[in-house]
Amino acid sequence: MAKRFSEIFRHGLKNRSFVIGGLITLLFFLIALLSYIWTPHAVEDLSIVNKLRLPDSTYWLGTDHFGRDIFSMLIVGARNSVIVAFVAIGIGAGIGVPLGLTAAARKGWVDEVIMRFNDFTFAFPAIISAIMITAILGPGAINSIIAIGIFNIPVFARVSRGAALSIWKRDFILAARSAGKGSFKISLEHVLPNIFSMLIVQTTIQFALGILAEAGLSYLGLGTQPPAPSWGKMLNEAQTMLYLAPQLAIYPGVAIALTVLGLNLFGDGLRDVLDPKLRRNR
Amino acid sequence: MTLLKIENLTVSINTAQGPIDIIKQIDFQMETGEKLGIVGESGCGKSITALAIMSLLPERSVISGNITLNGENLLALSPAQMCKVRGNQIGMIFQEPMTALNPVKTIGNQIAESLHLHLGLRKKEVQDRVCQLMENVGLPRQRFPLGLYPHQLSGGQRQRVMIAMAIACEPDLLIADEPTTALDVTVQEQILDLILELADRSGMGLIIISHDLGVIAQTTEKILVMYTGNMFETGPTTEVFKHMAHPYTQGLFSAIPKTGISTRSDRTRLYTIPGQVPEIHIKFKGCSFADRCSRVLAECRSQVPPTVDLGNHHQAWCFNPLERT
Amino acid sequence: MKSPLLRMVNVIKDYPLPKQKLFEKAPVFRALNGINLNISRGTSFGVVGESGCGKSTLARIAMALDRPTAGEVFFENKELFSLLPKELHGLRRNFQMVFQDPYGSLNPRKKVLSIVAEPLDTLSEKLTVKERQERVEKNLEEVGLNKGDIDKFPHEFSGGQRQRIAIARSLITRPSLIVADESVSALDVSVQAQVLNLMMDLQEKYNLAYMFISHDLSVVEYVTDEVAVIYLGKIMEQGKTGDIFQHPLHPYTKTLLAAVPSIDPTQQRQRSVRSDGVDAEAPSGGCPFQPRCPDATEICREKHPLLETKGNQLVACHHV
Repeated sequence: MAKRFSEIFRHGLKNRSFVIGGLITLLFFLIALLSYIWTPHAVEDLSIVNKLRLPDSTYWLGTDHFGRDIFSMLIVGARNSVIVAFVAIGIGAGIGVPLGLTAAARKGWVDEVIMRFNDFTFAFPAIISAIMITAILGPGAINSIIAIGIFNIPVFARVSRGAALSIWKRDFILAARSAGKGSFKISLEHVLPNIFSMLIVQTTIQFALGILAEAGLSYLGLGTQPPAPSWGKMLNEAQTMLYLAPQLAIYPGVAIALTVLGLNLFGDGLRDVLDPKLRRNR
Repeated sequence: MTLLKIENLTVSINTAQGPIDIIKQIDFQMETGEKLGIVGESGCGKSITALAIMSLLPERSVISGNITLNGENLLALSPAQMCKVRGNQIGMIFQEPMTALNPVKTIGNQIAESLHLHLGLRKKEVQDRVCQLMENVGLPRQRFPLGLYPHQLSGGQRQRVMIAMAIACEPDLLIADEPTTALDVTVQEQILDLILELADRSGMGLIIISHDLGVIAQTTEKILVMYTGNMFETGPTTEVFKHMAHPYTQGLFSAIPKTGISTRSDRTRLYTIPGQVPEIHIKFKGCSFADRCSRVLAECRSQVPPTVDLGNHHQAWCFNPLERT
Repeated sequence: MKSPLLRMVNVIKDYPLPKQKLFEKAPVFRALNGINLNISRGTSFGVVGESGCGKSTLARIAMALDRPTAGEVFFENKELFSLLPKELHGLRRNFQMVFQDPYGSLNPRKKVLSIVAEPLDTLSEKLTVKERQERVEKNLEEVGLNKGDIDKFPHEFSGGQRQRIAIARSLITRPSLIVADESVSALDVSVQAQVLNLMMDLQEKYNLAYMFISHDLSVVEYVTDEVAVIYLGKIMEQGKTGDIFQHPLHPYTKTLLAAVPSIDPTQQRQRSVRSDGVDAEAPSGGCPFQPRCPDATEICREKHPLLETKGNQLVACHHV
């Protein structure tokens, strides 16, 4: 196991997307973690007298119209984004992957039912579904997690079903069946490990989308609620100040864009590293 | 006239562990209209030789030596110039007709591709040529309209399409890399007959690469036996088959179950060459077959085997070749 | 006389084809059209045919991995498809399969120990970790591999070695029947010889029966006692290997044998360049081989020939 990690890592270091994306993603996670132990200023500290200051030694990126330190808000916002995206992906994959595997294993009407549920969920555009769900359940971080998570389920279900179907055709599955193994055990022991790399790559993509979704919901006021800062909320508040202090929109905007870019690059690089290796190993 | 001349060809691939030689200094030549067979097992370098001639080697390969076609040095050509040679002067057929054909293009389209590319014919001329080619490869127009897609054809039919594509521009040399390995035996018979007939009619040279000694025996005039990127034996087909000199060639031949042997009642075992083909990255000071050879001598392990001339254009590279019977 | 180990009686297998119209019954493709065969303990039964003849379907049905549309399969006199799932499961240890593709038949993510032990885990009594490992090691040594190989992954082995691993896996529950579906077709000549010798050695040692499926006639002749030649789901000729190969009676058998390229370069065959004409489907009711048969006459188009004894073998032809 460890040997495989170090092998992947070594190959990854030769891949540009992997390295650049990986560094950005790592930075993002470290900053998010950092926010738990230290922020330059407490984010709840309003200091109207210090409002709209330009970057200096005390306020590294300056302050917003309430006198809050922008840098501190960004890093705590990072933390929120990570948590929301993480848990939502966890829900999406945790439910979606078993559904996809079951659909591929059972085929027949089970497959049909699962796939129609998928289609149903897909029919609603992501943000609309998220808005609907938070409108019903009420705004807040937890509900936005649920909304984003629900949207991720059909994505993982469809992707894992597709990959699983091609694994089921392989001879070693037939060998497992002749050894008397049932579909459940086969899905777990034979199919899942062979689609794992593909799922990992999909996860990085969904993570990026999750961050975007969280920002979107917070922008609309349906996600993380004040006083907890979030990038989306920052963007929303910056709207009114756009001519006066455009930097209030630029900072969170760049943060979101950079993080999503980093995750996508990392996902691309990871896919490049994992796939040809698999083929070479044949 | 010499059609193809390979001199001192070496191909190595740069890997994480350093460069590995896949083909080690091979020489051979072909006359116009000659039929050459390259025989060997997996990893012997036969397919790479074909790709080297076509200049289609994977990235990170380093090639040295000379490949001359009709007097022109192919290795000295630029990629653009080489493109003009491929499909035009050299045609190639591959093993797996399903993956070698584009599944989303019609067969008519695919055959016409090289005609458009190399001969610059007008649309009507191309159409006529394609129809003619389909007839020539045994796919009559009435049953096989040009608008068919590869998946609508059987394996043998797809292989015929590939042959049509390869000979469309009337190349001087046709390379067939395991052309019938994926086909049924009756279809194989038809395809081989077709290839030979086309070669005879047009006078093009033919290189048939195969691991099947039967196919080689029936289709070639000259053969080259390869092992781990080295040449082990070469000569006229009948000569080599009748008087095998290299222990490896003899081993290969003996390992094939022969037909017509009486029943299994005595349960004899097949002759096998002990051990297995060494891995590609292993470097040998002497002969790479020494560890598996029944006739190995002391010098085999430490020195490169010499060229032994057996007369009649028959050569082997061995310290202890079999005696001529 | 002891009853045969495996008996297939009039096995028919249909596969549904996509519907052309919405409300009509889906057309079927008949992969196996009434197959009858018996395999006795300790013998090798060869099944020969080209692609599309149904031999892989036959293998799967013999292994009870697929249900036949009609017909019965008896293993040790028990009809496999009438058993309860639990009973069938209990019988599986007695018949195992070796597949064609040494690269696809082993899970690339699992170690050799886990791969070879798989049938043991599901079909056998519970063993201790140590006992399980010892069984696997013993089996690996029997097929010519090393004890230390249990910790390796499939990609660390060559094609021939992987096939040995597959054979070790098939033997681990001490079955009495092994279905070898093109098990040596993907191997190099010298490796093929090694694996065939191994299979023959194991057969002697454990009194194994083989259903040996292959398109390679020389291999089949070498390894089998009895042979059935299949074309489009029907047996065209069947009998002792020596008889079939030395005096084939059915035109299809003769065509197959004539098509094998001889390794004697001085024996050159008559070349015949024909158009591709394999596709023609036989009119139902007639002999399936009729469109390709050089000796076909009117009766061949109309009436299906029965498999009858002619001399030493069974032949399905009007003109023998």
